Amino acid sequence: MPLVKGSRIAADTFTRVEDDAPIPEQGAVLVPAARFLADAAELMQRAAPVGVIWPNNMDVSELVPYLDKLALVALVFPIFRDGRAYSQARLLRERYAYRGEMRATGQILRDQFVFYLRAGFDAFDVVKNADAAAFEETAKRYSVFFQPTGDGRLTVARSRLKLHGHRDPAAKRVTV
Amino acid sequence: MYLYDEFDRTLLTERVSEFRGQVARRLSGELTEDEFKSLRLMNGVYLQLHAYMLRIAIPYGTLSAVQMRRLAHVARKYDRGYGHFTTRQNIQFNWIKLAQLPDAMADLADAGLHGMQTSGNCVRNITTDQWAGVAPDEIEDPRVWAELIRQHVTLHPEFSFLPRKFKIAVGASDHDRAALRIHDLALRMHKNGAGEAGFEVMVGGGLGRTPFIAKTIKQFLPVRDVLTYIEAVLRLYNQYGRRDNIYKARIKILVHDKGGEQFGKEVDAEWQNIKDGSLALDKDVIADIATRFQYPDYEKLLDNPPELKAAQADARFATWHANSVSRHKQSGYAIVTLSLKPIGKPTGDCTADQMDKIADIADRYSYSEIRVGHEQNLVLPQVAQRDLPEVFKALDAIGVATPNVNQISDIIACPGLDYCSLANARAIPVAQEISKRFAEPNLAKSLNRLHVNISGCINACGHHHVGHIGILGVEKNGEEFYQISIGGKADENAQLGTLLGPAVPYDDVVDAVEDLAEAYLALRERPDELFIDTFKRVGVEPFKERVYATR
Ligand code: SF4
Repeated sequence: MPLVKGSRIAADTFTRVEDDAPIPEQGAVLVPAARFLADAAELMQRAAPVGVIWPNNMDVSELVPYLDKLALVALVFPIFRDGRAYSQARLLRERYAYRGEMRATGQILRDQFVFYLRAGFDAFDVVKNADAAAFEETAKRYSVFFQPTGDGRLTVARSRLKLHGHRDPAAKRVTV
Repeated sequence: MYLYDEFDRTLLTERVSEFRGQVARRLSGELTEDEFKSLRLMNGVYLQLHAYMLRIAIPYGTLSAVQMRRLAHVARKYDRGYGHFTTRQNIQFNWIKLAQLPDAMADLADAGLHGMQTSGNCVRNITTDQWAGVAPDEIEDPRVWAELIRQHVTLHPEFSFLPRKFKIAVGASDHDRAALRIHDLALRMHKNGAGEAGFEVMVGGGLGRTPFIAKTIKQFLPVRDVLTYIEAVLRLYNQYGRRDNIYKARIKILVHDKGGEQFGKEVDAEWQNIKDGSLALDKDVIADIATRFQYPDYEKLLDNPPELKAAQADARFATWHANSVSRHKQSGYAIVTLSLKPIGKPTGDCTADQMDKIADIADRYSYSEIRVGHEQNLVLPQVAQRDLPEVFKALDAIGVATPNVNQISDIIACPGLDYCSLANARAIPVAQEISKRFAEPNLAKSLNRLHVNISGCINACGHHHVGHIGILGVEKNGEEFYQISIGGKADENAQLGTLLGPAVPYDDVVDAVEDLAEAYLALRERPDELFIDTFKRVGVEPFKERVYATR
């Protein structure tokens, strides 16, 4: 399963640690949510990066105390039709100001790339090689966006106001 | 009319090119049918019994003459020469080939038409009053709000994979012509004590297997907060709506399980977080959308001009005028309803030739505008009263002047077993037989306003729960049976119908409807007491006795 980061296929530097396995001393680790919450204090002491896999039925506000130190939050799309993690992603980025890597995992397919990007994801465990290879091209497919989200793209409403000579109201901060 | 600008047009072009690629990937086998399914659904493409069906949105039911001609072109070139108007201000083409779909969509996009979000688990086409902008009793044109919401939910990155579909309707009149209370979310414009316009917000309405009338969760929402509040509702629904059982996935179940009051509180709590964010509506943004709606330059005319008076001498014209013409907010003008329910023909169907002619008539007499209502009829929204005699002739010549609007033969019916793969029973032939049985104009007129709604299965696309007489197709031992209910309505006092008794076989449905009509004639107190009011007064029992006495 190729990882796409910064629009390119990239090597995954994180090692997934199962619930009962020991945490390695060195290197970046990615741990399941329950394990993370149980061992949070210890994990946060690590010098190497720590990431968490957060399921789509848990409240992301639980992560708030750790966001500064977390290097990666992996959100889960068990099937692409289950859109709960889009809300989690926007909340993490826009309400809780999380700035680390946010990875889409699960059934990650080409036709949702633009949605993922707009919701704030910046890394993707893509299922198919062909989809991963087509990432850059697919991400540019749309140029018109209606919703103000944390990705900062200019919305149609703002473009129109500028075009029609109004003052631009939406230098305002996005809040979700 | 809402005028598209370069942004709207660019989006449609990008969408068509994306879909073209998806179809190519499906045809080459790169996409499985399951993966392709939700992509095609997001573009309004269903797989029906015989072929692919394409559903095109007619946002807030407004069509230009140019768009109507484009629909005619698509019907002719890619389909079998007709289209079917649905109860949600959409049109469906039933016979389109997969390989031709991208071309059909490109042709539609040229005229600003598309199938985006007409199916799938996303926010669907925003509907409203088909008389928006011309109704005498409206506070302001609800289409401006429908358009603001439509844009906001188009390709929404957070809410395109909801637990289930999400239908929004907007109304701005005292009289509800948009069936607000059977929507997942509905907004009704009204004024507060200070005379400011705002919205009553209702959530959790819907028909189907577990029908609910929507509950009011906010009595008065200031207009600036419309998008933030909808965002809060959708965010709760996206996270907490049930995804384990397709029959429990609509927001109505979530609202029912939590209770309307609790749900409203949770929405409010989320809303407080985002209420003053970048989605709060700036006056300039509202004004900018409003300026893109074009209104006719009405002439100064008087009501009831001599041409109209003279034409009343013709009995056929007078009957049609009394039935199909309604009061306009502008003096000297009228709203004309075009019945797509000719006696004995499928309901809501329109041929390509009819579409072209209707476009011509709209150009000549209705400032090039046509509306589509949830009753599956069309409307010419702004006809000068002096032109009514000519308009009648032109409409009559193409078979869309049957004077049965709001009568027993003005039936709402879903496609049923003739097209739909989910159906248990036929709906169209039942509608045809009922309309033939009541074809005699005086009989139909004597029954006053009487809405018959027919669905071919429990999904209730024909809104049978809210018909004065509702008919639901069920299957018993491989045969078509029909459950009949009475007393439903979809207006501002919306309520669900009451089941009459055991289902009746196909051959008995029309007789049962006739029994109901006769019972009503015998039970009503005055000639102008409506069926629905007689039901309210006497209840279901006397009707039930009549129908089952001989069965
Ligand atoms: S009510 Fe049933 S039969 Fe009719 S269109 Fe809907 S799904 Fe098909």
